Formats: sequence, structure tokens, C-alpha cells
Amino acid sequence: MYFGLSEDQEFFKDNVSKFLQDHAPLDVIKKIIEDDEHDLKNNIKNGLVNLGINSLLIPEEYGGLGLDLLFATAVSQSLGENIAPFSFLSSYVMAPIALINGGNTEQKEKYLKGILENNYKFGVGFSEFISARNDFGFIFKDNKINGKSIFVLDADDVSHLLLADENGVIGVVDTSDKNIEIIKLTTVDKTRSYSEVIFKNASIDVLENSITDIEPLKKSIDAGRIILAADSLGASEALIRKAVAYSKERKQFGRAIGSFQAVKHMCAEMASDLEPCYSLVWHAAHCFDNIPDESRLMACHAKSHVSEVSKVISKKATEVHGGMGFTDLMGIHYWFKRIGVNRQNLGSPETIREEAAKIQNL
Amino acid sequence: MNLNYGPEYKNFKKEVISFCKKWEGVHFVDEAKSPLTPITKVGGKKITRTEWQSILIKEGYFARSIPKEYGGYGGESDVIKNRIIATEFSNHGVPSPMSGQGIDMLVPTLLELGTEQQKKQYIEKTLLGEIIWCQGYSEPNAGSDLASLQTKGELVDGNWVINGQKIWTSTAQYSQMMFCLVRTEPEAKKHAGISYLLIPMETPGIEIRPLVDMTLKAGFNEVFFTNVTIPEANIVGKRGEGWAVANATLTHERGSLTNPNATMNRVNSLINIMKKETINGKKLIDIPVYRDKLMTLQAKVMAFQSNSLRVLSAKLNPGQDVKMAGMIQKYYGTELRHELEGFAVDVMGEIGTLYESSPHLRDKGSWQFLYMYYLGLIIGGGTSQIQKNIIAERGLGMPREPKVQEA
Repeated sequence: MYFGLSEDQEFFKDNVSKFLQDHAPLDVIKKIIEDDEHDLKNNIKNGLVNLGINSLLIPEEYGGLGLDLLFATAVSQSLGENIAPFSFLSSYVMAPIALINGGNTEQKEKYLKGILENNYKFGVGFSEFISARNDFGFIFKDNKINGKSIFVLDADDVSHLLLADENGVIGVVDTSDKNIEIIKLTTVDKTRSYSEVIFKNASIDVLENSITDIEPLKKSIDAGRIILAADSLGASEALIRKAVAYSKERKQFGRAIGSFQAVKHMCAEMASDLEPCYSLVWHAAHCFDNIPDESRLMACHAKSHVSEVSKVISKKATEVHGGMGFTDLMGIHYWFKRIGVNRQNLGSPETIREEAAKIQNL
Repeated sequence: MNLNYGPEYKNFKKEVISFCKKWEGVHFVDEAKSPLTPITKVGGKKITRTEWQSILIKEGYFARSIPKEYGGYGGESDVIKNRIIATEFSNHGVPSPMSGQGIDMLVPTLLELGTEQQKKQYIEKTLLGEIIWCQGYSEPNAGSDLASLQTKGELVDGNWVINGQKIWTSTAQYSQMMFCLVRTEPEAKKHAGISYLLIPMETPGIEIRPLVDMTLKAGFNEVFFTNVTIPEANIVGKRGEGWAVANATLTHERGSLTNPNATMNRVNSLINIMKKETINGKKLIDIPVYRDKLMTLQAKVMAFQSNSLRVLSAKLNPGQDVKMAGMIQKYYGTELRHELEGFAVDVMGEIGTLYESSPHLRDKGSWQFLYMYYLGLIIGGGTSQIQKNIIAERGLGMPREPKVQEA
């Protein structure tokens, strides 16, 4: 019995972290965001792909590494910790899982190889299935899609979009199709991109096995939620580390503010709240591949619980930094905002808790 | 990640289950000797607690790693087996082995630091429940700052003569012995002046006064010592080493008070209540606000369960670093349990406040009782505030509070 990340997983995770610390420190990320520096962003993207980040979940028969979700979870922790301006979730987690479970042989061959060879990248629009907002929605009919989707993850700069209708059928849309319009949205989190997409009779390739089976979609969402939880977990870890370090340096009333119990207890509370989240997220990822009966409930609880914990940490860690925490100069807000958007993606905590209750027939 | 225990444990589990089936419905004749002793089923087989203890030891379900010569099973310590035993006993409603400060704290201390004579004299009887121990640590002016304790022990003609007062002494009223921290070296510095003494509770000069707590049930005591005289040999470790002896035991302190699986069992009981209780004809489980809170708590308990698996894993895989995961357990577990029990009271509303033998009482009033009882556990054994100091200073490496200048 061993509960935790394996040596390989730790090693890969550390490599991702090291790469990001070397090539994407905060000032580089700021430059990418403020000056729209495409080359810098591409350097990061290419570097991570060179590490093999795009092939983690692709099965070996298609040439990928065929690793389990726990591996991807470890990677996601690093990406969150370093607020990486990189779209891991949709292209390299949710799309492969949806394709593996929902695609027919031909579809798998085409798309999975495309991801592996770095020719294809995917945006994901599942919001209308999870919790359709206002007048957003779309219909699949006769291999055409009509309507609009809000909050499509990573939709700019990708070759394909993966959409799920309200029945859980998954379709692939080619972004070169003239009958779609992608409108970039601006969220507080500038490290990743979100879009509204309008479809006017665009062509779709419906994933064959998703027509009769909702599992491909649900599995993709489960995986996505665990990966988002891991991203917030990593971001929270970084915030606690920053808060503790700052509290040891910053002096007021003649002593380090970290020696005051008011500050110390805030840090202890953050650490205590976060510590069980590592185990919960890893456990959920392990169940995803190994214990399917417990997997969906754990994915729900991992996402909603880590969302709650990291929200509180993003507040308290900012407070420990005092006025400086509130400034753009210090940049704490990048982590605060990343956590804020993760919380809403693929279902807010309240939405997911209702799902968790239903899973248990409550 | 590998959550399989391996084939040898499958067989062991089968054995334990068949043992449990054999003894299902076992019921003790004697009264509970400690507030932490599990409540047993009425009916079924009759047996004394001491007999039960000795059956469990013989099977290797209790005192596994304690040498045979001192009354234990004499096997290897095995955390997975312990876990299987605890789980199956609880699943089958078979009474757990006795616990308490003697078994959980004194026995490991004697094994590590006691004399041969002390081991022979006390360990077996303690395991069998023939000697119940209480712990004499806290004093009215030495709580969180335990090392400032003032109860005095003087060596007079080959005997320790003890004067002073202890407080929060659970089980003192039915204990035969106390392990006690006493200041024997008044000239030495704070921590260096303390000795660890073993005091028979029948010794003249000991007065026990019950200290009723908010639950009106569990009951602590105050223990007063007036010229209490015990043999010089009743000391564990050397004079002035009591602080180190006591700290050796702190690492043995039981984790059962915050057992996450027991907490999850409470979540499941709460779900049953929410399926039965209604407001204006509507079941609580169908009311979104309550549903949402229930799921929030279930997720938190699940996280705590996973955390404890990780702590368990580190016991099996030396080198795995789970320092923080272990350090937060007391704080996290007691606060969580208190919150959960309190939410169940909210679920029942006014009915949740019924107590003792009131009409309409649910689950024997256990929710209200445990809601209060866990507030006691949040405070006892190092308050949540002390835990946060420890987590911040030893876990996160934050600076200590500057010492106040002595006047």
C-alpha cells in the first residue's frame, strides 16, 4: 500500500515546475499578458510540449505515454503553482478522455494522433451541459451545429472545439469552419483564455459512442474537475509559501509580523485547510482510473471542496501581505484570480454539490 | 498510488470477520469504567471486560506488539492489521478493546523507559483492564503552559511526599493508579525540575472532587494531594527527567478521538436523520440549503479520510514525508467533528436541543452531547490555538513569539 505521488510523478512534476520557474517567472507572465507577447507565450507552450505534456493521457497504441490521471494531476499542480499561461485542461486532459471514451476507431486515430503530433489543439465547451446560463445553448442536427456557447475553454488559437449538447452528445467542430464566430471574453484571469462561440450551421463530427452513452462526456468532466482542483491546489500552495515567506521578512512593531499570533494563526489555518486537499485530489485521481464506483463522487467533492478552501486561502494570503498584497506590483492577484476562475469552471461549488447529492440518490 | 493491502491481509480480514460474527452481540456485565469505553449491545453473550480483553490478546487483536512476557500478544506491530481490526469490529458492532490513558500512554512509556520491575508489575494488569490509570498533568495554573506545574514532591526517608493539586483528571474516580508530573527539583529550571511518578490512588491524603462539565455527563475531576507518601521506586526515568518521559508518551497519544472513519459514520447517520425528519412536511434531505451544507461537510470528511490514508501510508513507507498531514489531525479532526455534530442539531431544530431523557429525544441525545463533548476535545490535549502555534512554528517555520521579560 502506498498513498501519494510516485517517484516518476514527483520527478515529472518537478521538471514542469523547474521549466516554468526558469522560463515563466512572474515578470515574463506579466509581459505576455500586458504586451500580448506571442513569442514568449509560444516559447512556454513549446517547452512544455517538449517535456511531453501533450502525450501524457494518449494511449500507447496511438503513440502516447498512456499514463493515468494522477500523473496529469501532478502536472496540473505545477501549472497552478506557477500560474502557467498554458492551456493544459482542454487539449491534453478533457479532449483525450472524451475522445478515448466517445470516439470511434477512425475518430480516435485522427484526433488523438493530431494531439500527439502537436497538429491539433482543442477548446472545450461543456458549460451548456453542466449548467446552461441565460439564453446560451446550441443544437446538433444532421451533423450541423446551431446556437451559441459561452465560456468555451481555450478557444482561441486552437484547431478544434469539443462541444456537448444538453443531452450529453459530444461533437467536434473545426475552427477553420467559416460558419463559426469566436468572440474572446475577458475574465479576471489573464493567464488562460475563454471565449463565446456562435455557430451558424457549422459542420460537426459527432463522437459516435457519445450518441448512446453519456459516460464519455461525464468522464471528461470528472477528469476536468480533478485537474482544475489540482490547479487550485498548486496555486494555493504557492500563496501559502509566499505569505509565510513575507511574514518572516516584513517587520512591524520591531518584529517580524509572522511572530504575531494573529498572522501565524492565519497561516496555520491555511495550511491545515489545504493539507487534506492534496490527499483528496490524489485519491480522486486514483479512483478515476482504478475505482470507478467511487470516482464520480470523489471528483465532485475534490472540485467543490478545493474550490472552497482555495477561495479562503486566496483571501487570507493576500491579507498577510497587507497593502502590498493588494497591489499589482506584488502580483499576488494572479493567483487569487486563477483560483477565482477555476472555482466557476465546469460547475460552481453549489452546482457540483447538488450533483454529488444526486449521485448518492439523495 | 496503490491502495491494495496485499493478499495476506485478505486472509487476515476473513479471520477477523469470522471472529466478529462469532461474538456479535457480546455484552459486558460490568459498568463502563471509562467514558471512552464503547457502549455495547444489550443481549447476546455475557462476558466480563477483563475476559474480553484476554480473548482479544490471545487472538492478536489487541496489544499485538507488546511482548508476551508482559502480557501482550508478542507479534509484530502492523498498522494495516490494526486498521482492519478496528474497521471490522466497528462494522459488526463488536466492542473495541478497552482504551484509555493507561493503555494508550502509560504502557508504551513503561515499555520504553520503565524498569523491569515496573513492566512486570503494571503492564499486563493494565492491558486486562484490572488497573485503570488516570493522568496527572494539568494544574489550575498549568494548562497550555504545562511545564509551569507546581505540585511538589519531596524525598523524605526513602519516600516521595507529594503536595498540590491536579485538574481535568478524567477517570480519577475509578482509577487504581495515576501517572503524574511532579516538581521534585525546585532549584532547577522549569522543564528540568519535573519527575514522572506512579501514584496508587488509594494512598491516604488523596482527595478526588468531581468536576462537572457542560455535557453534565463525561465528568472530569480535581485531585488534591496532602502529604501523599509513596515509595521512592515509583518513578519512571530519573529525577528531573519527567518532562522527557512525558513527551515520549505524547507521540503515543491515540488518534481515535478524531478517527475520520468514525466521523464518516456520523455523516451517514446524519443522512438517515435527514431522510426522516421533516419541516412543514418536507424532508430535510430535500431542502436545498440543508442538502448543500451536508455535501460541504461530507466533502470535508472525505478529505480528512484521504489525509489519514496518507498518514497511514507513511507508517508503511519510511521516508514518505507527511509531517504536516500528521500535525493538523487534532485541530482539523476535532473542529470538523464539532461542526458536524452541531449541524445535525440544526437539522433537527428545536428537537435537536432535547437532552437527557426528554420525550422526543433522537438517537439518545447523542448529537447534542457530542456537539458539546467535542468542544471539550477542541480545548483539551492542546487547544486549537496551541495547535495553530505548533503548525505555524514547527510546520511552517514561522518565528516564535518573543519571550516576556520576567519581572
